[in-house]
Amino acid sequence: MAVAADDMPAGAIAMIEPVEMGRIPDSAVRVRNLRKRYEPIVALDGIDLDIARGEVFALLGPNGAGKTTAVEILEGHRDRDAGEVEVLGEDPAGAGREWRSRIGIVLQTAYDTAELTVAESVRHFARYYPSSRDPDETIATVGLAGRADSRIRHLSPGLRRRLDVALGIIGAPELLFLDEPTTGFDPEARKQFWQLVKQLANEGTTILLTTHYLEEAEYLADRVGVLVNGKVVAAGELSELAAARRATVTVSWRGPDGRQAVQTSAPTKLIVELSERFGGEVPELGIVRPTLEDTYFDLVEGASR
Amino acid sequence: MSRGGFAVTSTQTGKPPAPTATGQAVLPSAWSLGLARAGIELKMFFRERDAVAFGFSFPIVLLLMFGSIFHSSYRQAPGLTVAMVYTSGLMGAGLMTASFQNLGARISMDREDGTLKRLRGTPMPPAAYFLGKMLCIAVVSAIEILAMLVLGILLFHLPVPGPAKWLTLLWVFALGLTASSLLGIAITSIVPNARSAHMVISGPLIMLQFISGVYVPWNELPGWLYNLSGIFPLRWISQGFRGAVLPADAARLDPSGSFQLGQAALAMAVWIVLGSALVAVTFRWRRRGEN
Repeated sequence: MAVAADDMPAGAIAMIEPVEMGRIPDSAVRVRNLRKRYEPIVALDGIDLDIARGEVFALLGPNGAGKTTAVEILEGHRDRDAGEVEVLGEDPAGAGREWRSRIGIVLQTAYDTAELTVAESVRHFARYYPSSRDPDETIATVGLAGRADSRIRHLSPGLRRRLDVALGIIGAPELLFLDEPTTGFDPEARKQFWQLVKQLANEGTTILLTTHYLEEAEYLADRVGVLVNGKVVAAGELSELAAARRATVTVSWRGPDGRQAVQTSAPTKLIVELSERFGGEVPELGIVRPTLEDTYFDLVEGASR
Repeated sequence: MSRGGFAVTSTQTGKPPAPTATGQAVLPSAWSLGLARAGIELKMFFRERDAVAFGFSFPIVLLLMFGSIFHSSYRQAPGLTVAMVYTSGLMGAGLMTASFQNLGARISMDREDGTLKRLRGTPMPPAAYFLGKMLCIAVVSAIEILAMLVLGILLFHLPVPGPAKWLTLLWVFALGLTASSLLGIAITSIVPNARSAHMVISGPLIMLQFISGVYVPWNELPGWLYNLSGIFPLRWISQGFRGAVLPADAARLDPSGSFQLGQAALAMAVWIVLGSALVAVTFRWRRRGEN
């Protein structure tokens, strides 16, 4: 028994080791030191990204941070200057039709096929894939069932974006790219769109979304990467990012010389001291924790400086 | 321990077969997707009223106008009227409008409105896009040419072509269409944006029509100018159509005394080779400045 037990781990190591050396085996996207420059602007200044399968990852950042450039390189739409990129196990720069049938791209500003109806367009695009979703069911999923026979030119911009989502998911992609999907949406349309993305994520689709709306990343993403001036300045779960900063709180009170404020990571200790100093109640005691938004703006401003 | 163990580990450590390698349908062929694209391209073409009005009806309207204004006969060829000559010339112009101009304008639009970008993000093979476009344009051009021929026969007493003339009509159409379509695709690489497409494409085409003997009869053009038009395909397409639809004695109007069909075929073939090379070298899926 003891001999067998000793043999097992050795065998297990031998079985596991050669598979993926130092990689997350279930990685959908793996980027190392990605660089892209449009003279004289450095769009991407050596970024690293890891997105696991089944994850919703948001690339968050202000306009002009390089989000679209990064995503378009991952989609195979743009060339890169340097760095390693692996999307679903292949380099997008040289990937073929089989790879493209496994990704879905939701375009940001397309107004093509205006003269077709919604149903004609979705059914046509379904033919490109070896196995696609059911077109009518997909049209219903994005909430266009009532407009299936409308010409696309007659759709409002919000409904047009839903069609773009339908065309992005018609091939039942393993990985879906959403580049600033709700820019220009009214709050109601944005909520409905978020529900749709949640639903796709629940179906197991890996989603990479870019956004400059913090609340969008907060609502949809498992993890975020904050991109500022072509650099990833922070990455992880939003709650983690927030927690790192929230550790520092601002304690304020009215002292003999007027209002005073101190930033501290040990507020309880400070308050006990203050309480002793004032003999009980601390006048106008206030404790403020930075919101997620404060954290985000701190990150963006800190990196821009 | 050794051999058996290796055998087990090697099968288990080999990369798991990609889920797509087996048990999944294969990618559809470029040919079948090209046909599917031709279907939606035709639908979109005939649903765009302004495109139909401008690109499609314009040569036919011109034919009706010119044919109604000019109907004198030629001294050298008594059975031949100016209206007949205009019919053959405008068939050449109609073919180039339907193929060269249409394709140039529509592909410029595709580059701008996101069509090309969307298609590049799908597993559609690029060949299917070009096949769909060319098939669509072939159908549109065939309708155009046939409509002009029927009008010429009904209104301007053009002789009904016999089998030999039909054969000529067919190869002139096929070669002319291929050459003009390829040039239409190629010219989009110098079109800065869809809005200026008509200027970049229609402008040169109108000038070409003047020097190639479409509007001004070729026997009234200065010799050097008409010779210059021999560099471009339109003159040879028009000349081919003259050979296909005009009575035989119309050949006497040509400086050489014949329709020069052999030279016309050669010139169009050269343009097909050149056009293919231009497309292969210059075609961009992206908008200008995106790389």
